[in-house]
Amino acid sequence: MPEENGSGKEKTGVLEKAKDSAAALRETITEKAKQQAVELKEPEKTQLYRSIFRVKHDEEPRNRALSVLSNVFFHLHPAKVNRDATKYNFTWGMGGITFYLFVVLTFTGVLLMFYYHPTKVQAFRDILYLENDVPFGKLLRNMHRWAAHLMIIAVWLHMFRVFMTGSYKRPREFNWCVGVLLMVLTMLLSFTGYLLPDDQLGFWAVTVGTNMARATPLLGNEGPFGAQMGMTPYNDVRFALLGGSIVDANALLRAYIWHCIAIPLIAAIFMGVHFWRVRKDGGISGPAPVMLESEIKEERSPRPVVLRPSGMG
Amino acid sequence: MSEGKSGETTSAQSKAPAASASPAPDAKEAANAVNIRRRRLVWACIWGYLGVNFLMFLRFFFPRALYEPNTVFDIGFPSDFALGIDQRFLMTNRVWVVREPDRLFVIFARCTHLGCTPEWKPAENKFKCPCHGSGYDSEGVNFEGPAPRPMDRSFVQLDPTGKITVDTSRLFVDDPRAGVNHFNDPGAFLNV
Repeated sequence: MPEENGSGKEKTGVLEKAKDSAAALRETITEKAKQQAVELKEPEKTQLYRSIFRVKHDEEPRNRALSVLSNVFFHLHPAKVNRDATKYNFTWGMGGITFYLFVVLTFTGVLLMFYYHPTKVQAFRDILYLENDVPFGKLLRNMHRWAAHLMIIAVWLHMFRVFMTGSYKRPREFNWCVGVLLMVLTMLLSFTGYLLPDDQLGFWAVTVGTNMARATPLLGNEGPFGAQMGMTPYNDVRFALLGGSIVDANALLRAYIWHCIAIPLIAAIFMGVHFWRVRKDGGISGPAPVMLESEIKEERSPRPVVLRPSGMG
Repeated sequence: MSEGKSGETTSAQSKAPAASASPAPDAKEAANAVNIRRRRLVWACIWGYLGVNFLMFLRFFFPRALYEPNTVFDIGFPSDFALGIDQRFLMTNRVWVVREPDRLFVIFARCTHLGCTPEWKPAENKFKCPCHGSGYDSEGVNFEGPAPRPMDRSFVQLDPTGKITVDTSRLFVDDPRAGVNHFNDPGAFLNV
């Protein structure tokens, strides 16, 4: 019984407490609502906004730099770029165009994968289906095809520009090598994509291309020292590429997997390294920086330090 | 208790200055040596494991079973073939059967340039490769285009019932540039 009494007292206490807290809650809710109404007018001051963007993007040099440095996508990019180095008549914009085309190819390629089966029975039928029946299928396939052609051209022009401006020289020699690897990967993407329509053109092109692999030194059955290494059409490098001794179902499936998954992944990793190294090696190489008269400041240092990219020495 | 404590502290105190004065190089080096050996062992295990996995990865790309046409097959009796080029087994087995007055042989239908399948042009009495234009005469001997040598010939044999057995995994090569000609070897043709 005393226990009951005690609990009764507590009950009344609890009731009062509940009333109090309800009243308090009413006040805090209205306060919060008012606060939120204020916050909605300036969303960039909310905790939520700051947790995502962290930095105020005011028009001042420090915040501009921070907005690049603190962004996971932008941080590969230099925070500041020499104005003269970005002129199109110097860079031709070919590196950026190549990357843009890679993004286009990835997007259209993934969409094509929704309708394409990499099997001997269905592959060419799916191409006809895409060309004739799939909504926007013809557009999609042609975007993929033309972007692929353009990417090859852009990669070569990028390489040509880098060579002609001497941008492969120290300290960029490592990035040149990464670029050569990326070019080879682009060629391999092009080659593996050739077989996928499973038409006469692609089939014979890949027949010819993989027959060249027979002549690989040491690892090809018709190459130098291939016979001495014990290479036959059933155990050489061509056999591993095709998954058999003839261009057949295994070859189609392998080309598909290399084309859609393995090579794009490897290329994306090297692209990350490539862009990051551009920043780390001193930005885009270019002519010596030029200052506007208005930018010349009064005697901050006795002599202006001109950073001359060594590639253009 | 107190004695023990004081004893411990004194011993610790007596040890500490000695250690700081001379940093006991032998003991430290001995400890480091053990660590380095253990570290090397661990790294060897890691690299060995990764290396074996890489070899497994490479081996994975060489299938054991193939779903390809059999390279050994029967083409019937010699009397089934009239003089000239027979295309019956081109689509199924990639060969032409050539019957001449005194011999029969089987051409493996692969261009010796880069491996396309040539076409038989009866009107021009020649084989023509659509890929890069190599031309071969009715015996499969190259006379135009980039092909470096005549088309290879398959192994042929009469089985006990008198039928012709062909094996396209055994090819006979005639390479004038290398100075080898296996077209007259036993198995490269049948006397009929």
